[in-house]
Amino acid sequence: MENLLKQTCLHDLHVELGAKMSPFAGYDMPIQYSGIIDEHNAVRHAAGVFDVSHMGEIFISGPDAERFVNHIFTNDVRTLEPGGILYGMMLYSDGGTVDDLLVYKEKEPQHYLLVVNAANTDTDYAWMLEQADGFDVKVDNRSADWGQIAVQGPEAEKAVCATLGFQEAAPLAFYTFCDCERDGKRIIVSRTGYTGEDGFEIYADPAHIRNYWNILLAAGVKPCGLGCRDTLRFEAGLPLYGDELTADISPVMAGLGMFCKLDKPEFIGKDALAAQKAEGVARKLVGIELADNAVPRAGYPVELEDGLQVGVVTTGYHSISLDKSLCFALVDSEYTALGTPLWIRIRKRTFPGSVVKKRFYQTKYKK
Amino acid sequence: MSKIAEGLLYSESHEWVKVDGNVAIVGVSDFAQEEMGDITYVDMPDIDDEVTAGDDFGALESVKTSSELVAPVSGKVIARNDELEDKPELINEDAYEAWIIKVEMSDKSELDALLNAAAYENIAK
Repeated sequence: MENLLKQTCLHDLHVELGAKMSPFAGYDMPIQYSGIIDEHNAVRHAAGVFDVSHMGEIFISGPDAERFVNHIFTNDVRTLEPGGILYGMMLYSDGGTVDDLLVYKEKEPQHYLLVVNAANTDTDYAWMLEQADGFDVKVDNRSADWGQIAVQGPEAEKAVCATLGFQEAAPLAFYTFCDCERDGKRIIVSRTGYTGEDGFEIYADPAHIRNYWNILLAAGVKPCGLGCRDTLRFEAGLPLYGDELTADISPVMAGLGMFCKLDKPEFIGKDALAAQKAEGVARKLVGIELADNAVPRAGYPVELEDGLQVGVVTTGYHSISLDKSLCFALVDSEYTALGTPLWIRIRKRTFPGSVVKKRFYQTKYKK
Repeated sequence: MSKIAEGLLYSESHEWVKVDGNVAIVGVSDFAQEEMGDITYVDMPDIDDEVTAGDDFGALESVKTSSELVAPVSGKVIARNDELEDKPELINEDAYEAWIIKVEMSDKSELDALLNAAAYENIAK
């Protein structure tokens, strides 16, 4: 099976560094290099660099581009200035989630870049083509041409602007980007990330990405794998498609309603979301903090004191930055108020905890 | 290459047993701690709990995964290594020094089903 796995443009460098490699979203990806805890702490206190070249880049252009993106996307791109970025979802008409994604509004009118999850790139592309009927747009999946690295942490600005020389990225606010040209190639630098820290994501051709990766490592930026990418995003209260958002979990259930603009004239899934907001949903995503150090894992039952199951864990860790056992769980709505006592069944025992805010870690974005 | 201590017995699920009369001292092998990575929590049974050979009696947690501890022998838990509550990383530092529980065996013949160091070497890779 291994030879069927795709490789990013940095694959040989991961192997050379001795990374623990594992299949993820059809790619052979680095899970860790020096260790998840060490890499996690580097991002919280200094800077780390992630290979996220597996992410999908789909370009939308044409006379109907804005109308089309607003048709498939829950957030409202009419509010975007060129160089601005919005987070949101694509939905099925029943409100279930196709994917969560970033939309970049380019300088050129009616041009957008949609950055989607690696595991969903093919499904998303097919979904977009299907929905494009009747719109005068070009939907162009360029994922194979673009590499991507994420540089994250309090020292990320120094690494990207000084070490890599992207001085033009220094003034960027969170969720904005700039176009940089190097050696005749287009390079996109955005102030975005998935860690709860300040940071940048750099999109470029494979040769430039390899060069930037090597320069950053030589400057002491720590290579970071998907292992700590998950612990970091979890602490910052960020969902992962497949765990906290799925075809069965709508953004309203996941507590992401603020990224769904029901005042837009229309978008796919709008009516279903409006009904969910009006009538309430059966289950909602919550954060739970345990009193004990036992670790809740995805799939473990959430119970009341008498053993009645009222939910299920979607992601859980013993948080590295907060030194507490925490999880996200999908729980029957009547038990989701902050402070509600809940128990988690971990193997043969249950451990008490209570509902807390999902953003466990105080995020440090550049405003 | 992980270390395999001589003179201990091993289970196929990577626990080791040191026999001291009628008492089995139980830990996990160096191979097991290497596979887990940084261990962050050890879920241990209480004193006087009964454990059954082949059934789980607790678990190790690392950042990414949890792994059940399987009892290599049956009997009553007469001691547990409470030092692991605050310092689970002791298992990473020396898996053969950091024992987890001591079991008063109810059936010493269960030891015959365990592997010696040479036989365990074949599966710890």
